[in-house]
Amino acid sequence: MLAWAALLAFAAVVPTLLASNYQLFQLTMVAVYAIAILGLNIVTGFNGQISLGHGAFFAIGAYVTAILMSNYDWPYWLTLPVAGVACGVVGYLLGFPALRLGGLYLALTTLALAVATPQLLKYKLLEDWTGGVQGVTISKPDPPFGLPLSQDQWLYLFALAVGAVLFLLTANLVTGRIGRAMRAIRDHPLAAEAMGIDVAQFKTRTFAVGAALTGIGGALDAVAVQFVSPDSFGSFLSIVLFVGLVVGGVGSIPGTILGAVFIEFVPLVAQGISDAAPGAVYGAILIAFLFLLPSGVAGMLRSGWTRLAKTANAIKR
Amino acid sequence: MNRRSFLLSATGIAAGIAAPRLVRADAPGVTATDIKIGNTIPYSGPASSYGAIGRGLTAWWKMINDGGGIGGRKITFISYDDGYVPAKTVEQVRRLVEQDDVSFVLNPLGTPSNTAIQKYMNTKKVPQLFVATGADKWGNYKEYPWTIGWQPSYRTEAQIYAKYMQETIKDPKVAVLYQNDDFGKDYLIGLKDALGGKYDNVVVKTVSYEVTDPTIDSQAITLQGTGANVLVTAATPKFAAQMIRKIFDINWKPTHFMTNVSVSVGSVITPAGPEKAVGMITAAYDKDWTDPNFKQDAGMLKWLAFMQKYMPDADLTDANYVYAYGVGTTTAQVLTQCGSDLSRENIMKQAANLKDLEVPTVLPGIKINTSPTNYHPIRQMQLQKWNGKAWELFGSVIAGADV
Amino acid sequence: MQGLLHQLISGLTTGGIYASLALALVMIYQATHHVNFAQGEMATFSTYIALTLIEAGFPYWVAFALTLVTSFAIGAVIERVLMRPMANAPVLASVGIFIGLLLIFNSVTGWIFTYTLRPFPSPFGEGAPLLGGLVSRHEAGSAGVTLAVLVLVFLFFRFTKVGLAMRAAALNPVSSRLVGVRVGRMLALGWGLAAAIGAVAGMMVAPVVFLDPNMMGGVLLYAFAGALLGGITSPVGAVVGGFLVGVMENIGGAYIVGTELKLTIALIIIVAVLVLKPSGLFGRVVVSRV
Repeated sequence: MLAWAALLAFAAVVPTLLASNYQLFQLTMVAVYAIAILGLNIVTGFNGQISLGHGAFFAIGAYVTAILMSNYDWPYWLTLPVAGVACGVVGYLLGFPALRLGGLYLALTTLALAVATPQLLKYKLLEDWTGGVQGVTISKPDPPFGLPLSQDQWLYLFALAVGAVLFLLTANLVTGRIGRAMRAIRDHPLAAEAMGIDVAQFKTRTFAVGAALTGIGGALDAVAVQFVSPDSFGSFLSIVLFVGLVVGGVGSIPGTILGAVFIEFVPLVAQGISDAAPGAVYGAILIAFLFLLPSGVAGMLRSGWTRLAKTANAIKR
Repeated sequence: MNRRSFLLSATGIAAGIAAPRLVRADAPGVTATDIKIGNTIPYSGPASSYGAIGRGLTAWWKMINDGGGIGGRKITFISYDDGYVPAKTVEQVRRLVEQDDVSFVLNPLGTPSNTAIQKYMNTKKVPQLFVATGADKWGNYKEYPWTIGWQPSYRTEAQIYAKYMQETIKDPKVAVLYQNDDFGKDYLIGLKDALGGKYDNVVVKTVSYEVTDPTIDSQAITLQGTGANVLVTAATPKFAAQMIRKIFDINWKPTHFMTNVSVSVGSVITPAGPEKAVGMITAAYDKDWTDPNFKQDAGMLKWLAFMQKYMPDADLTDANYVYAYGVGTTTAQVLTQCGSDLSRENIMKQAANLKDLEVPTVLPGIKINTSPTNYHPIRQMQLQKWNGKAWELFGSVIAGADV
Repeated sequence: MQGLLHQLISGLTTGGIYASLALALVMIYQATHHVNFAQGEMATFSTYIALTLIEAGFPYWVAFALTLVTSFAIGAVIERVLMRPMANAPVLASVGIFIGLLLIFNSVTGWIFTYTLRPFPSPFGEGAPLLGGLVSRHEAGSAGVTLAVLVLVFLFFRFTKVGLAMRAAALNPVSSRLVGVRVGRMLALGWGLAAAIGAVAGMMVAPVVFLDPNMMGGVLLYAFAGALLGGITSPVGAVVGGFLVGVMENIGGAYIVGTELKLTIALIIIVAVLVLKPSGLFGRVVVSRV
């Protein structure tokens, strides 16, 4: 616990002082993706419901923030909980049909949702609010209380704070009774039901929580990028979140941060290899991880850590 | 003359000689030997066919460098992929401006992508030069003085079609097929602007399609059912070709206006079937390499030589390379006009100071003109009709402003 | 009224496209109980192979046959190398591999063959269209090909030993092995056949929609909807489902919700089928005992 607090303090202080505005922007995006993948991890990693459509919740969160900020002049920090609640409600409602669908079919249906999302966002009845294909521009927030920080520095600290809070809450959730129930449903649904767990309620609520988290990530994304439009939220986004989940480590909370780092920085590397092939690089890395490191980077680090601890113990004796 | 004044004047002369090589401190992205230019374009994702523009521009600057650069400086052209995702465009442009220290960003592609970065570029006072989209709003020099367009806007194109239609067709009834994204919707806005109050009377039906739709057969049938006698198609090449073929097959013969984006002989007309597109009208500003009319044209031969030397494996029927050549030529002119002052202010000033620039790949009679109150470099187009074998230019070069 | 009839007929021809890809999806499901998300991209890749062969001078049907063989090989190799080690892994791993394959095939196709639109020749001639221009010669011909493939698939699964063995291997690998079925071989065979059927679908679709790397992107979703609607265990169902989805999409787009919500129609079909009647119209209901 202390280690995490120290890490958080380090993450808050060092980049703010040393990193350039652009680098802080990149780190803010890491925080955004980390929160988004966290939501996906809850649903898929901890509860076993494969979602290839989480980009839809990201989009809803982003648009809620954009609309509230640009049409109604809400302050950015107030839009975040609203985005979360809105996505939670949508997630809960989507959780019901999801109950009837098993692994593969759920994946397929959520993929269909991801593909349909941009079209829904462009729909003309909603155009007055969503700005249609032209999108919505919002302004970047200034640091409050006249703090001597640049906008990027403030936004980074804000995202870090939001992320830290959400991670803490989620960690609490999954290590407790509820988390055990979620994992039981993932690993052996029949046994879980036999033991008295209300599978249906758990699954829908999990979907709601996962959606809410990703929605908050989307809201932060809107504030950071200052622009939302339907084309930002196509099916590729959902697939990228999924890749981040697998690479970081399915069912691992720290893993989501690693997955976010991966998503944010790998395209830069991929571009060096070939312009047209970021998709291929994602695909190849995804498959490689599934084969070689199925528990993701987090799993590899954990087993490495365990081995180190064992060796240390053996040496002690 | 005493020694002091001699020394003073000698120093003055020396300083004057040295001055062109000294770089002003406020010319970011520029050194004594180098100018850095940034660019974002979709190399991946659904709009990746436009990646050819980025490749074309990269080859263009290589050619310029091989010829000694501009004003003694070589160009470093940095082009990043944004996958046509505006959030990504923001990220890449910030990287170009804040990390790579480019002088300006050239020809970023896509209306939402450019909308996403417009405020940033104008706040940071970095030129957003010759954006690769036809939306009309890029000429807004009052609010966004650092953003300038290049190609004729879709609104200009729609105005030209509307005028021609009203002059030559008795009682026009217009049906529109448009792509459900910024490109297609811009067209609709252009038509609405052009027709004004008459829009509701004249336009009987507008139907959209998604890039993910396999075919537009259903839309074609719906439009035919309206009995319209004019069709405006705002579609990208794949769907344009399908539309041309379909309306021929279902025996519907409206006066067909095709968006300038999809008139390449190689990419659209040949797949659709040249005999099926007879009578189709478009407004053009670029020369089409696959058009037999231009095989011996001096400007296009220049372009061909460029392609053969710097992009030997490229598909010559891809109109994107002609487009890139035009943008490159215009930019080179701007940089040459800057002379020794390559500050961002001056680059923007010269970009808004182009007088009657002729580009080898642009139709004869169409010249590039900009001024501090005119941020639409190309406002002229010429109508052309497909005769089954080639595009026939007709009428005269029409200026959008006069319409 | 005439407009409605036209939309119906047009819906059937578009539905033919969906039906042909839906058959490939059914094949892979019958053989492996997996639905391969990358089937469309593999089909596009196969179609590009065919185009390369044709442009190199091979006559159409020779190129057709060679493409089928190549696609079969690719499918079998993928099964062997990627899917076999994942046989006992959770569903998440298989889904991940399909997504990975989708990304790789899509990117590689674009990278090798560029994104310019290419026309693809049709073996049925470019003559005058039928039915008042609503159905081109090719569309009629390809509907015929789809039905022919359907008959072959149906006969294969119903009346041949291999077909039966394949279904058994997918349904219950352990018991099948005990009975002597070479499960591994059946899986590879299934993947190969699905890839080949996908190639046929691609070559039938390309003359209609023109060939580009993203050709099958939209088709895949509708093909899924069709396969699910008809019943993913039934070849006949998949084809019927494909045609039905084509009609529903057309009629819905033209008269009910407008063309701006067509993808949503597909999504709603998928959700409705899976929630209300997961086995589809013609599929078998599978009861699993606890």
